[in-house]
Amino acid sequence: MRRIALTVLLISIIIPLGGADWMRFRGPGATGLALDAKVPTKLDAKKHIAWKADLPGRGLSSPIIVGDRVIVTASGGRDQTRLYVICFNAKDGSKRWERQFWATGRTMSHRKTCVAAPSPTSDGKFIYAFYSTNDVICLDLDGNLQWLRGLTHDYPNASNSLGMSSSLMVVGDTLITQVENDSESFAVGLDTKTGVNRWKMSRPAAANWTSPILLKRKGGDLALLQSSAGMTAVEPKTGKVHWQFRDGASTIPSGVVGHGLIMIPSNGLTALRHIEGSEAPEIVWKQSRLGPSTASPIAVGDHVFVTNKVGVISAANVKDGEVAWRLRIQGPFSASPVAANGHLYFVNEKGLLQSVKIGAGEGELAGSIDLGQTVLGTPAIAGDALYVRSDRTLWKIAE
Amino acid sequence: MRTIRLLACFVALFCVTSAHAAEIALAGPIRTIRAVGAKGEGNAAAANAWQTIVKRADPGDLIDLLKSMNGANDLATNWFRSAVEASTDAALKAGKKLPVNDLRAFLLDRDNDPRPRRLAYELIARVDGKQAASLIDGFLDDPSVELRRDAVARVLKQADGAIKKEDKIGKFRTALNAARDVDQIDHAAEQLRELGQQVDLARHFGFILRWSLIAPFNNADGVGFAAVYAPEKKVDLRSAFEGKDGKPAKWVKFVSDDAYGMVDFNKPFGELKGVVGYAFTEFHSDKAREAEIRLGCKNAWKLWVNGKEVWAREEYHRGMRIDQYRLKVNLKKGKNTILFKACQDERTYSWTKQWQVQLRVCDATGTAILSTDRPSQVASR
Repeated sequence: MRRIALTVLLISIIIPLGGADWMRFRGPGATGLALDAKVPTKLDAKKHIAWKADLPGRGLSSPIIVGDRVIVTASGGRDQTRLYVICFNAKDGSKRWERQFWATGRTMSHRKTCVAAPSPTSDGKFIYAFYSTNDVICLDLDGNLQWLRGLTHDYPNASNSLGMSSSLMVVGDTLITQVENDSESFAVGLDTKTGVNRWKMSRPAAANWTSPILLKRKGGDLALLQSSAGMTAVEPKTGKVHWQFRDGASTIPSGVVGHGLIMIPSNGLTALRHIEGSEAPEIVWKQSRLGPSTASPIAVGDHVFVTNKVGVISAANVKDGEVAWRLRIQGPFSASPVAANGHLYFVNEKGLLQSVKIGAGEGELAGSIDLGQTVLGTPAIAGDALYVRSDRTLWKIAE
Repeated sequence: MRTIRLLACFVALFCVTSAHAAEIALAGPIRTIRAVGAKGEGNAAAANAWQTIVKRADPGDLIDLLKSMNGANDLATNWFRSAVEASTDAALKAGKKLPVNDLRAFLLDRDNDPRPRRLAYELIARVDGKQAASLIDGFLDDPSVELRRDAVARVLKQADGAIKKEDKIGKFRTALNAARDVDQIDHAAEQLRELGQQVDLARHFGFILRWSLIAPFNNADGVGFAAVYAPEKKVDLRSAFEGKDGKPAKWVKFVSDDAYGMVDFNKPFGELKGVVGYAFTEFHSDKAREAEIRLGCKNAWKLWVNGKEVWAREEYHRGMRIDQYRLKVNLKKGKNTILFKACQDERTYSWTKQWQVQLRVCDATGTAILSTDRPSQVASR
């Protein structure tokens, strides 16, 4: 018990307070949280669409925000062979710069998704863009090319004919990506300065669309790689495996870290606890009724929230996984929820952005904006604003 | 008069010297970027070279940069592309003009690679949309598929808008002959059929329709992908073998009647699961040449040309499309052999029934290369 308590203490929990940058899929620590951001709650299209900007191509990737720059990736052209990185001014939505590249890997995907499905990331100085073609591109904040890799160029059978979507994660000076598919399946840690492999490990030969998440700990952060086999905790810089959870996991929604627990979509939802020095994490609880659909879970306060196929949100107690309340809003969702200002924000596939008030008592729908276009990408939050993208448009939602 | 001549000589000499100086200044960075390779090789040096190029922001560099993309690998091509974009951004911001005439000359020289030519076109379009638009008609037979696509789109639009039936037929036929993208081909073919015209799409694409097939070999638990069955050792169309579960495996003739060349193993052998089948054909080339084999398949597969394995892919039921895989091959003059292995898995969902391939031979632009013994046009397709 003492050991567990000590372990919990060693794990520093990330609870982003808002206003900060949003530099990856689901923001700081992949939590989806910007709790102090003063994002509008009673959503109103007439008042709260600060600006919108046209995009040159499709995308399921999330916008990222670094300072006053909003960066979006897209894919377009014949057979989606053209890859875009576009940088907008957060203030007014004007375009700062745009870069285009030719895809070096296969562009085929299911018609619902596209080549620009993985979200880009940043370490605050550089932007790292990634695509289903396995092209990795590093630019500085002004669009100057630093390096590029073609991971299908290097590993020719690494592709999924349905498309890939694992987003990037940068930890220190290592950029981690999962290129997991039925054929040539691997994860790789790239040197952020040159793009050269620091490490490469084989992964289960099975299609996987989840993204790596981060476990903060005093002994050094760990990258958690989810797959159909379960979860693997690795040292970001070396790829050294610390532990493995082998009870299987979903290949679409990704896990989330909160309250010292790793909540992973496995047998419904399973809460794991990192045990220092152990080859396996402790299983704290399992809740078969909390299996998320496409959207990843989010943990806010004492609750973890999951959404099912028909738009029902389940709020469960983080301590034991017991369901506290349920609320049906309008789904279905491909985008994962984010949280700010005492509310959860969901955008469904038809582009209906909905805010749900959470806190004491049960959740309630607070407002909505119909964006009128298909939206499959997860929103981003920075500077008291919410950013949502479709295949054609980027919106800033703010007071 | 003599003074003017001297001045002209001086100006000409200055221009030549400046151009030469620019060429020398760029030579090192271009060489560095062209040297980038697999797995990040050369990235660090290329980043410095890229900065050297972009800081010049000299529109006079653009043609050299475009030329440097000729023959460069895909990675280097992307380095150059972004250098051209960043240089152009900086030059235009500084009020400099792009060398539109030189760009046009580069674009119209078909000896240059398709990608830099397309980029030259986009640069022209950026500063002189009218001139760019005036060039489109000339791209109808262009080796750049991207440029050709714009020209075909224009003809399709004209065809859609034509009033007289014979005009529509003429335009759609022109578009079909020029089109290399599936969506444009389908559009033209569909309209021609509606106008009572006959279209042989399989011939247009170059799909191979005549095969010999053999099955079923064992693929329980996926063992068949790696297993080397008799057809991989030697193809003898008269031979027969004991197949999966003791069933006889023998070669059968198969001629696809599908417009998109689908070779469906389920038709001669039934909807089997956990099995391997092979398709064999001979392809006669009028000359020794480089070519592409393009195929779509949602089963695990392997391909051999003239007995040499070209590619193998172990992925089941993640989707298929025309030209899903593009494989470079060298054809011999005369007879070439093509052997395809199609592995079917054991899942029994409705979406795992397909056991099929569509395979064509073409050049790098997607223009069909037909076997010299291919039967004449089949009107009904």
